[in-house]
Amino acid sequence: MEIPKSFLGYKRENGRAGTRNHVIILPVDDISNACAEAVANNIKGTIALPHSYGRLQFGADLELHFRTMIGTGKNPNVAAVIVIGIEPKWTKRIVDAIAKTGKPVEGFSIEGVGDIDTIAKVSKKAQEFSMWASEKQREECPMSDLWISVKCGESDTTSGLASNPTVGNLMDKLEPFGVHLCFGETSELTGAETVCAKRGKTPEAQKKFMKTWSDYNDFILKEATDDLSESQPTAGNIAGGLTTIEEKAFGNFQKIGSRQFIDVLEPAEEPTKGKGLYFMDTSSAAAECVTLQAAGGFNIHLFPTGQGNIIGNPIEPVIKLTANPLTAKTMSEHIDVDVSKILSRQMNLNQAGDELIKATLRVANGRLTCAEALGHKEFVMTKLYRSA
Amino acid sequence: MSSTDVIIHDEKDNVGVVVIEKIKPNQECNCWIMENDKSAKIQSISEIPLGHKIAMTDLKEGDTILKYGHDIGKVVKNIKKGEHVHVHNVKTKKW
Repeated sequence: MEIPKSFLGYKRENGRAGTRNHVIILPVDDISNACAEAVANNIKGTIALPHSYGRLQFGADLELHFRTMIGTGKNPNVAAVIVIGIEPKWTKRIVDAIAKTGKPVEGFSIEGVGDIDTIAKVSKKAQEFSMWASEKQREECPMSDLWISVKCGESDTTSGLASNPTVGNLMDKLEPFGVHLCFGETSELTGAETVCAKRGKTPEAQKKFMKTWSDYNDFILKEATDDLSESQPTAGNIAGGLTTIEEKAFGNFQKIGSRQFIDVLEPAEEPTKGKGLYFMDTSSAAAECVTLQAAGGFNIHLFPTGQGNIIGNPIEPVIKLTANPLTAKTMSEHIDVDVSKILSRQMNLNQAGDELIKATLRVANGRLTCAEALGHKEFVMTKLYRSA
Repeated sequence: MSSTDVIIHDEKDNVGVVVIEKIKPNQECNCWIMENDKSAKIQSISEIPLGHKIAMTDLKEGDTILKYGHDIGKVVKNIKKGEHVHVHNVKTKKW
């Protein structure tokens, strides 16, 4: 298949391009959710991103909170941003950082004003942003404007056999076009960590990966009451035919094809070393992982599933593929791309990769994903430790 | 093309994965090596369910199981070509 050289995206002020054109109402903290949701209810064409945290966090955990908030606002799938917090200081810190992209952003704080007057004030600004964004048109953008993140979930043997290698095939074909790529799931690489580390392009990237993985493993060994052999693989994995943690990890690892990663990113960190593949230190919980990748600036997501994970994200479209014929049939409303024919050899990996590229471009051009049509907007902050 | 009973990821692998509902003992199975799109045959010894592994060669205690072309664990009990490979004869090298 000849791969198209461009897609239709929304060009942003900072040179990036979006596959979506959202106006978001971003609460800084849990207690500002009500206000944000009221505004999004008042003003059509806006979405609120409620979440559970943002108060009394400190240290690295607080930094991650800010990085996730700011990164979400900066994402090119977002046209304009309203930030609402209880206090002005943290609100301003987020507004100022998002403003560097050049996109319209405005902050409001509730303290001393109350919900009702804040909602009235914010609604006026939100209406202005929504109507402004509605005039933005899709324009031809080079493939290199695609920033593709990947993560698998509810995996079974069909994931390692077919749907994960299909994503790997897409990565191998699209990397030469200068796209940015990102995989994560630190915990799920256990068993394949030394092989994964060798995929680092430089000794620095390799060393950084091993340190990230070891820090995670030390944390697990500290908290675990046993050696994990009872939980990795899980009883369900074993029933499905997975024998060892190594086997599970290598199945996961198929998603990156034969690519090498340039750098290791902190959770929600934006890549700065140019085009190519990055590893991001993330949880393997689906919504947490995709939220972090979206905050890192990725604008389209590929999600292979075996048993049928249903996750979506409010700003980054999540494309689901499965190779499990039963899942494709019983959960068809959640599956964008069915590659189950690989198992019966009616389709090879090359063809499956082409199908996935076509589906990815259709979604990049504006086609709704199953998760978007079904209203999945899971926005889940990663918390490193308890608050003060 | 005849139907596929077993998929092998990598040419180097010494196990394949059953992709039909069940393989019966003494069944002649069609294998597909994905990496190079080649075919192979294997005669089964045990009954093996969907998603589980079949040994493509004789394996001795201490041998390494290769899947995806990588080490996924060690043999802890001798395995004959065509036998079911799982937690009863293979363990992780991790712990």
